[in-house]
Amino acid sequence: MNELLKSNILKWLKTGKRYDGRGLEDFRPIVVERGVTKNAEGSARVRIGDTEVIAGVKLSVEKPYPDTPKNGNLMVGAELLPLSNPEFEAGPPNEEAIEVARVVDRGLRESNALDTKKLCLEEGEKVWSVSIDICTINVDGNLLDASALAAVAAIQDARFPGYDGKTVDYKHLTEKRLPMARTPISITVNKLGEFIFVDPSTDEEMIVDARLTVAMTEGKICALQKGGSTPLTIDEIGRMIDLAKAKAGELSVKLK
Amino acid sequence: MSYDKRVDGRRPDETRPIVAKAGIIKRADGSAMFQMGNTVAYAAVYGPRDLFPRFMQNPQRGVLRCRYNMMPFSGAGERVKPGGSRRSKEISMVTEKALLPVLNLEDFPNAVVDVFIELPQTDAGTRCAGICAASIALADAGLSMRDMVAAVSVGKVDNMVAVDLNYAEESYEGGDVADIPVAFIPRTGQVSLLQMDGLIDAESLKRALELGKKACSEIYEIQKKALKEKFASGAGVNGNGER
Amino acid sequence: MGELLVSDKSIVVPGEEVAVGMDFLPTEGVYRDGDKLVASRLGLFSVDGRLVKLIPLSGKYLPKKGDVIIGKVVDVLISGWRVDINSAYTAMLSMKDATSEFIARGADLTRYFTFGDYIVTNIVNVTSQNLVDLTMKGPGLKKLSEGMIIKVAPNKVPRIIGKQGSMVSMIKDATGCRVTVGQNGIVWLQGEPSQEFVAVSAIRKIEQESHISGLTDRIKAFLDEEVGKIKGG
Repeated sequence: MNELLKSNILKWLKTGKRYDGRGLEDFRPIVVERGVTKNAEGSARVRIGDTEVIAGVKLSVEKPYPDTPKNGNLMVGAELLPLSNPEFEAGPPNEEAIEVARVVDRGLRESNALDTKKLCLEEGEKVWSVSIDICTINVDGNLLDASALAAVAAIQDARFPGYDGKTVDYKHLTEKRLPMARTPISITVNKLGEFIFVDPSTDEEMIVDARLTVAMTEGKICALQKGGSTPLTIDEIGRMIDLAKAKAGELSVKLK
Repeated sequence: MSYDKRVDGRRPDETRPIVAKAGIIKRADGSAMFQMGNTVAYAAVYGPRDLFPRFMQNPQRGVLRCRYNMMPFSGAGERVKPGGSRRSKEISMVTEKALLPVLNLEDFPNAVVDVFIELPQTDAGTRCAGICAASIALADAGLSMRDMVAAVSVGKVDNMVAVDLNYAEESYEGGDVADIPVAFIPRTGQVSLLQMDGLIDAESLKRALELGKKACSEIYEIQKKALKEKFASGAGVNGNGER
Repeated sequence: MGELLVSDKSIVVPGEEVAVGMDFLPTEGVYRDGDKLVASRLGLFSVDGRLVKLIPLSGKYLPKKGDVIIGKVVDVLISGWRVDINSAYTAMLSMKDATSEFIARGADLTRYFTFGDYIVTNIVNVTSQNLVDLTMKGPGLKKLSEGMIIKVAPNKVPRIIGKQGSMVSMIKDATGCRVTVGQNGIVWLQGEPSQEFVAVSAIRKIEQESHISGLTDRIKAFLDEEVGKIKGG
């Protein structure tokens, strides 16, 4: 473990500041752009500081899962591209990539962000399948929040392709938007010593004791993911959730 | 009916609009974006750096390793399954061969230079856009290179010999189509990538290659400009934010 | 008579012809092709009499014998340590060069340096195969036990240090921070957090603006203003 880094970041946190001059509850500047790639039915680029991800939505007509014959399918994938970070390697998704995909997936699924019943074309036979893929361009901390934000923005941007009952016409998108019912927001709160803070940089992420990703919608919590190997007390969890809730408005403005 | 006017109104020797930018990925040692019409390629260079496993090392010179990959949502039509295909493997290999002749890697025995090419949006000519982006990224990374590499696809659509075919032209059905991705080393005029599929006569092929050479010298100027713009601002700082 | 094809101090890219004629001599980053001199890397074109060369604007640190650098211990081996020196290759610090103490065979080497430790060290040798040997024997060479580490572009290091260390001294004096600039682009700082922040900001400013003349005056003004803010508020 990097003790030099850790002791210095702690020294800073004690003064209420971070390496880059931010306060503990400050995000770096957030930029959301929609419609960033033409061949996806919906797409978004999210930048949080120097972290940059692209999310794309592809739609297809498929058979529903046997246990949900009336519901459309939702799939989230994340690729931690080796171009985005010297530490990432080419190859099948590793644990970190799978965690990003699954945390984003749960935030969307459990908030019922998409009204999947409205994605049904023919019960038990044909439904719209929504695939969201997140690709990292530059990784400099807080990939989880950037990915979740990009996924929602890409869904908001998406339009159905043409469909005549047999084939999907990807060349001609309709004006019809995806049936969005809610807009979930995910915020990861990090803990180091007695301090909690949002939007960690690469350095901070390397040395945090624990993190808690809180997905929220309409004031309720819809998914949680604790990371890091240090346990948390109920009191700490409470404080972390309070901070996440307090910051949710700042992110949801970007999804308006 | 013959193909005498291009679908997008370009002259036969005219490429699609090109945009190039150096230094788009902060964590990388060198990086670039290269857009040709609707095809967009990102490239990042990492290295020279340690190469493991050891058996892949070359004690005489550094190894160049390229990876070409389409993002899952980048293609027209259905989602591209992530994880690579026989096609992406082959393109990665020919990209490596196209770039290697200009690189001086003798000063870096046993090390590797990694080039990662990612396509967020595709519309024909992806491997050429990838090579153009990679070449800018390699120069941006400060590597020793005898020259840049510029690439474009040339070909013949029915009776017309043309450069930089778009997807509509590649899939033209009114006559024979030949699609020929080609890369040039601008100073020497040598060809470092040459592939083809379709049908073409030898005479037209030669004409197509001449057109490609001319287009690549234009592309080289664009690559040059992208690099100069980045460093003219003095903000040419790569590989930051890393410990 | 030969002729320069680009002006002194302009940015050139690989493959660009910089001069024509046999009377010019190509040095670093330039090669001869017939009567032409051609750039073999991206850099700042520089002419010194008949010698032409390129000053790098990017790229990894190239280890040089005698350089004082800052490295990070990445592995503990049987007879020494492997150290990341922010270059294409990791370097070796062997037991005998690590300390003036006698280290017995089989001793626990992590007692001296362990994973993640940062050290100020000196390059004693670079072989043709780019194997780099380090030593800890010499003034100022030590393990860093507190403070912060930042990374800067290795080609900007001379500007951050300044003539005879003038720039870095100015930062130290203004902020009261201790600062060590490794030739490999790793910088160590230690001081009060608010002053550390000013010192880091000044270094980033030097990195970004090193090509604009009047750098020293601008950095001095910047330091005065920022340090003034801390004292004032």
